[in-house]
Amino acid sequence: MYKATIGLEVHCELKTNTKNFSSAPNEFTKFPNTHVAPVDLGLPGILPIANKEAIRKALLTSLALNCITPDEVLFDRKNYYYPDLPKGYQITQNTKPVGIKGYLDILVNDEVKRVTIHDIHLEEDTASLEHRNGYSLIDYNRSGVPLIEVVTDPCIHSAEEAVTFLEDLRDLFLFLEVSEARSNYGEMRCDVNISLSDTKELGTKVEMKNINAFSSVEQAIKYEIERQTKLLEEGKEVVQETRRIATDGKTYSMRKKVDALDYKYFVEPNIPPIKIEDDYIKELKDSLPELKLSRFDRYQSLGIDKEDAKTLSKEKEISDYFDEVLSYIKDTKLAVNFMTTGILSTLNKLDISIKELFITPEMLGTILKEIESKKMSLDKGKKLLYEAIDKKKDPKELIKKTESQISDDKELLKIITSIMDENSEQVRQYIEEDNTHVVNFFIGKVMQTTKRSANPNRSMVLIKEELERRKNEK
Amino acid sequence: MYKAKSIKELRKLLDDKKVTKEELFEESTSLAKKYQEDYNSFVTILDKFKSKDSDSILDGIPYSLKDSFSTSNILTTASSNILKDYIPVYDATVYKKLKKAGATLIGKTTLDELAMGGTGTTAATGIVRNPYDKERLIGGSSAGAASSVALGITPFAIGSDTGDSVRKPASHGGIVGFKPTYGRISRYGLFAFASSLDHVGILTRNVEDAAIVTDVLKGKDENDMTTLKTDRTEYASHLEDSIKGKKLFYIKEICNLEEYPKQSTELKETLSDFKILLDKCRELGFIVEEVSIDKKLLEAIYPTYMTISCAEATSNNSNLTGIQFGPRPKADNVDDLMFKARTKGFSELIKRRFILGSYILQKENQEKLFLNAGRVRRIIVDKINKLFEEYDAMILPASGGPAPKIEGTTEEVTDDEVVLENHLAIANFGGMPSITIPFTIVNGLPVGVNITCKAKEDCKTLNIAHEIEKVTGLKDIYKEVD
Repeated sequence: MYKATIGLEVHCELKTNTKNFSSAPNEFTKFPNTHVAPVDLGLPGILPIANKEAIRKALLTSLALNCITPDEVLFDRKNYYYPDLPKGYQITQNTKPVGIKGYLDILVNDEVKRVTIHDIHLEEDTASLEHRNGYSLIDYNRSGVPLIEVVTDPCIHSAEEAVTFLEDLRDLFLFLEVSEARSNYGEMRCDVNISLSDTKELGTKVEMKNINAFSSVEQAIKYEIERQTKLLEEGKEVVQETRRIATDGKTYSMRKKVDALDYKYFVEPNIPPIKIEDDYIKELKDSLPELKLSRFDRYQSLGIDKEDAKTLSKEKEISDYFDEVLSYIKDTKLAVNFMTTGILSTLNKLDISIKELFITPEMLGTILKEIESKKMSLDKGKKLLYEAIDKKKDPKELIKKTESQISDDKELLKIITSIMDENSEQVRQYIEEDNTHVVNFFIGKVMQTTKRSANPNRSMVLIKEELERRKNEK
Repeated sequence: MYKAKSIKELRKLLDDKKVTKEELFEESTSLAKKYQEDYNSFVTILDKFKSKDSDSILDGIPYSLKDSFSTSNILTTASSNILKDYIPVYDATVYKKLKKAGATLIGKTTLDELAMGGTGTTAATGIVRNPYDKERLIGGSSAGAASSVALGITPFAIGSDTGDSVRKPASHGGIVGFKPTYGRISRYGLFAFASSLDHVGILTRNVEDAAIVTDVLKGKDENDMTTLKTDRTEYASHLEDSIKGKKLFYIKEICNLEEYPKQSTELKETLSDFKILLDKCRELGFIVEEVSIDKKLLEAIYPTYMTISCAEATSNNSNLTGIQFGPRPKADNVDDLMFKARTKGFSELIKRRFILGSYILQKENQEKLFLNAGRVRRIIVDKINKLFEEYDAMILPASGGPAPKIEGTTEEVTDDEVVLENHLAIANFGGMPSITIPFTIVNGLPVGVNITCKAKEDCKTLNIAHEIEKVTGLKDIYKEVD
């Protein structure tokens, strides 16, 4: 039986306003070569300016991955010639990456698996190439976009583990709000190193580069395990090489690995080392949000069943929302019920994110409090929730209206007539002096008499009508 | 008519409406054109007068930029074939500041190809010659900048200095060459040679003009992370500060004739005149002392400089592939394209340096060559900084004599004078302010003296140089040629 050993190198574009070393916008656009500054083109004389926000996000990710952070931010040059690399070198980190020796715990088949991180470094993306028939085009929009690379140790042993790690890493990026991590936009992509062996020694390494979709990673690993197992069983040798995954789910040899390229790394002289103060690291640590696995555990400890706990902890925005709802009531089950059947199903139906939903956690809390205190039945509560969503109305108002507001014209008119009879002077002013301000006086009186339970808009209309009626009578 | 006048003199003429900015531009450009064939100072001479009005002292003053500063819409070749048709799309910070100050750019000056070289003989457009003797070189790499100021074409020129590229040609041209502290002036837009050693430098005919221009150019730049916090002191207004009791040192191993086995008459004369200058300095009120430094350390300056500069240059010039800009040769694939562009675009000397640089940076050589060179650099700087704890400035001859003859010039180093001819790189190693001013005439040709202070002491450097300038009798000299 051959055991597969897999290492991943995951690239993720950071969400920042500007690029890593220039002032050009870091934003997706379909118009090529529009988000470009001289620095991104590698024009003679340009100098890089380090992006503080990119550094913050890289350090934040490093801390979330339990890495050791360096005493200063230092960049290095990685030198090689390629048409997508306009300067002829990439600014990256080699000497002092933003993180080393970290880990991420993931859940595979209900068991916690620790994936150890070799290092995480901050670098810049390359331009993108488009190969046409007989010529190629270069789009520099992506050139200089801040990129972090997370390198795992060779400690992953199956396609399932690899994909779970990638999913959890993506969720971590989303929880930290450092990236949108959309693999279909190439914002998250991954290199896979895989070798098979039936001894303690690692086998020959095969590399697959730049895979975007997680499903392709899964396919590629499964295919490679199968292919290499067959070779080994037949007593053949696995060749050290770089392979690519094709649309048929199979991998094909791209190039044989000769000697590793010498990138001639040296410290970037144009960016002086940036000292990282202990206070800054503490501040970042304090700002770290609770991550997915911890939330999942916490929900389960509240007695929430596993599937629901998983659903509610998967996305930060939903989990944050749920946590706030929990702060309003004690009945966890009730909250889960409304979250899964009420809120999440609505999001699905309307195809919106929870941020776009009109109902805030506080509003949902109001409804749940009514139910918890037995003032309202569960069914009525659900109805109220859907009505609030439909009408985009605060449930508080709806509760008030339905339960206590006097909207009945007859009843209101009875009150109004009696008030007017008691205040003939104001009625006279309206009729003889055209003093319309008395309307406000009567509204006040109506509110006072009904202890603010009269519908103000309706009252206003009825007061005006009654006053006109009396005027015409005269 | 206004040729060879100082900035202050021109300022007064302009303010008194004796001359217009346009007339100054016309005179400068016509002089530039007149001397071009013989001296080859320029790559580009502008033909349209363009200037913004400002209240700066430099308003309307003509000047030139080395052809390695990015100037939008103006051809910028770095005197290399690989950039022979390159027209930048952005302005170097230095150019932007001078434009804002209303100074009038008259042209872009010739340099050793890509600023790599110290002779002024390797530009793609040919050799730059010394106004004092056409058979001699002016030195480089800011060759055209130095020759044009020495010819009196403009009162100041902007160059760059990685090892001595402003201060050496200044010595050969009888003018002032000043390289302020690393980070004092932004490098944004200066085509990089060796980023950790590159400085913007200024060439003038007197110290005061150098101070005036530095005051305009200095300051923190958001486009250059290595720039220093803006120094609010106005250097030009501290030139007359008292120097009484200031301590200068010179290095025995460089200045004593006995150190040299082959003693040419030019060397003898230069070193003896240097000793006379030291006496004059004492008369001015300076304390001048001799110090001794391990010769091995001094001999390490040149190889250290070459190692670091070639390595950084290889990487810095990797953008020159013919893909984004520059001439793009026909090729079947992209590797061939880059290969052809670089083969055709660079001279042999440049290729040699790139190969050296690549070798130095290779994984198996890095520790021994590149990183060790960095350590030696540190040791040299520490040694000099230690001396600066006791002394205000280091004073040394900028060169062992007047400019060498063009014929027979190679990049090969003669062992004897390797220290004497290369010690100016110390100031690049430590980012120290360093200035060369003319101090004597040997064989009818000027020779400069160099004054270097501790990093950030630009004001003191200019102050001391300004004092010494008073006793050289060589202030504001230029070469009148037909």
